[in-house]
Amino acid sequence: MTIFPKTARARRLIAADEANNPTSPVLKFGPDKPLMLDAGVELSPFQIAYQTYGTLNEARSNAILVCHALTGDQHAANKHPVTGKDGWWDVLIGPGKIVDTNRFFVICSNVIGGCLGSTGPASINPTTNKPYGLDLPVITIPDMVRAQVMLVDHFGIDTLFCVIGGSMGGMQVLEWASSYGERVFSAVAIATGPRHSSQNIAFHEVGRQAVMADPDWCGGKYFDENKRPAKGLAVARMAAHITYLSESALHRKFGRNLQDREQLTFGFDADFQIESYLRHQGMTFVDRFDANSYLYMTRAMDYFDLAADHDGRLADAFAGTSTRFCLVSFTSDWLFPTEQSRSVVHALNASGASVSFVEIETDRGHDAFLLDEPELFAAIRGFISSAARAKDLAEVTQ
Amino acid sequence: MIQAEPQLTIGDTEVRFDLDVVASYIKPGAKVLDVGCGNGLLLELLAAQKNVDGRGVELSQRGVNNCVARGLSVIQGDADTDLVFYPDRGFDFVILSQTLQATKNPKEVLQHLLRIGERVIVSIPNFGYWPNRLALALKGRMPVNRHLPYSWYDTPNIHFCTIRDFVNLCDEVGAKVESAAALDGSGQKIGLSMPWWFWNFFGQQAVFMLRR
Repeated sequence: MTIFPKTARARRLIAADEANNPTSPVLKFGPDKPLMLDAGVELSPFQIAYQTYGTLNEARSNAILVCHALTGDQHAANKHPVTGKDGWWDVLIGPGKIVDTNRFFVICSNVIGGCLGSTGPASINPTTNKPYGLDLPVITIPDMVRAQVMLVDHFGIDTLFCVIGGSMGGMQVLEWASSYGERVFSAVAIATGPRHSSQNIAFHEVGRQAVMADPDWCGGKYFDENKRPAKGLAVARMAAHITYLSESALHRKFGRNLQDREQLTFGFDADFQIESYLRHQGMTFVDRFDANSYLYMTRAMDYFDLAADHDGRLADAFAGTSTRFCLVSFTSDWLFPTEQSRSVVHALNASGASVSFVEIETDRGHDAFLLDEPELFAAIRGFISSAARAKDLAEVTQ
Repeated sequence: MIQAEPQLTIGDTEVRFDLDVVASYIKPGAKVLDVGCGNGLLLELLAAQKNVDGRGVELSQRGVNNCVARGLSVIQGDADTDLVFYPDRGFDFVILSQTLQATKNPKEVLQHLLRIGERVIVSIPNFGYWPNRLALALKGRMPVNRHLPYSWYDTPNIHFCTIRDFVNLCDEVGAKVESAAALDGSGQKIGLSMPWWFWNFFGQQAVFMLRR
């Protein structure tokens, strides 16, 4: 039985160790197999930490790649090694669940630039024997996908039955379908868009500035100084967390309720429940996430612009595609409003693609994709079942 | 199986008579776009009977979610605004069943359909159907009956026309009528040899197959 660390300091130590010696399986690529980065340099050596669930069938036709979001990781459907909590998509993935691991072989890898075992800024740079910090080249969404392709190749999988993800994971899904469409039979992109909007870049910049304004950030070399910019990263998380919810959900959950007190204190304590909630979100986040990695992840999302890579014509990103698409948006998501998904749908229509698109009515905002949302599940279940029928995948492959 | 209760509401749950006629026009294995597909009954029927590659557009979110949950390739969209995104001749058949009268700009919609599909199948309720004429002529009231269940103030059907009106529109946009069928109030086909005026009087609805 795994013992999960109780104190924040112990969790932080384990998180730092997970960056270099993860509990997940790791695929290492030596100097002969560098990762070509959009920044114009090669990353080598590098490694990918991943989790798998279920069994790959003999024809290697039942693989589903799950792409994680900004602060997610490969622990989609198992206990998290640092927090001890259930996987971030445990509601969706598992035996008998919608992404049924009795039927499908599910792969989820930590993205390049992440901090749970794939090469990222907290990983040891072999030339200096210190963590990369900001010496790691800027990573993009296509870079992440290029690394995933190498992982999928490692399993000998030609065509993924499905690539699925939300938010930044959804960006990876769109990138997969655009650049490796012939290897993607079906794609589910949830609460995402073909590019990051100006407002989204703005929120990310606030987060990055909060991290970099923390004196303990030390110009990105905090590991060398045995410090952590915990306060800056917590503020970044607090601000970002607001964008994952909606005004009505915040009001429904917290209103103007006071936290453990009868009246206002006329001070700057967390008088309101929402303040206390956000502080908690910030504090727990820093235990499991590397501050520099947060800079890299947010930058990757900011740089994403699928149309720009195709002379401004989004439809060209999917020209001649035979992938079956499912897009899902949420009415109260103001980070990736429905219009973003709809622009992808219109581009896919123009390419003659097979596409399903549902907008789900909920007040839970952007984070709805991580929650138990019955209509979301019904849509994904229907889409995956119909794709499996089209690909002649047996009901249960074992 | 086709059931026997005719209904003319948009996004209906009943299989309507006209769908049977529409389905009979579709070639097996064709690429089909159903505009205003409701809860996807026709798409499901065509997939099962004709093995078509079917896509749908539906205005109501409930209809769309229902379709997607049943594995159909359906998107939320509006015939008036979203057809512009589809490429020329992208489909073998484009279907608009009992929806034209609910669009804001039927002429433009029809022109888009003719651009997108090699063949266009349109079914319309016939406002020239004799009980409708009777309601206006004798009662002086807009017709409300089992085929046209809405009052004038809450109807989604803002552009009713008669069979003859529609044939005129086809002429105007340069569409050729390849086949047509009129159905009487009980869903029976009216004899092919009958003249247009007869269809226009006794046809409760009509189905047309058009091409550019």
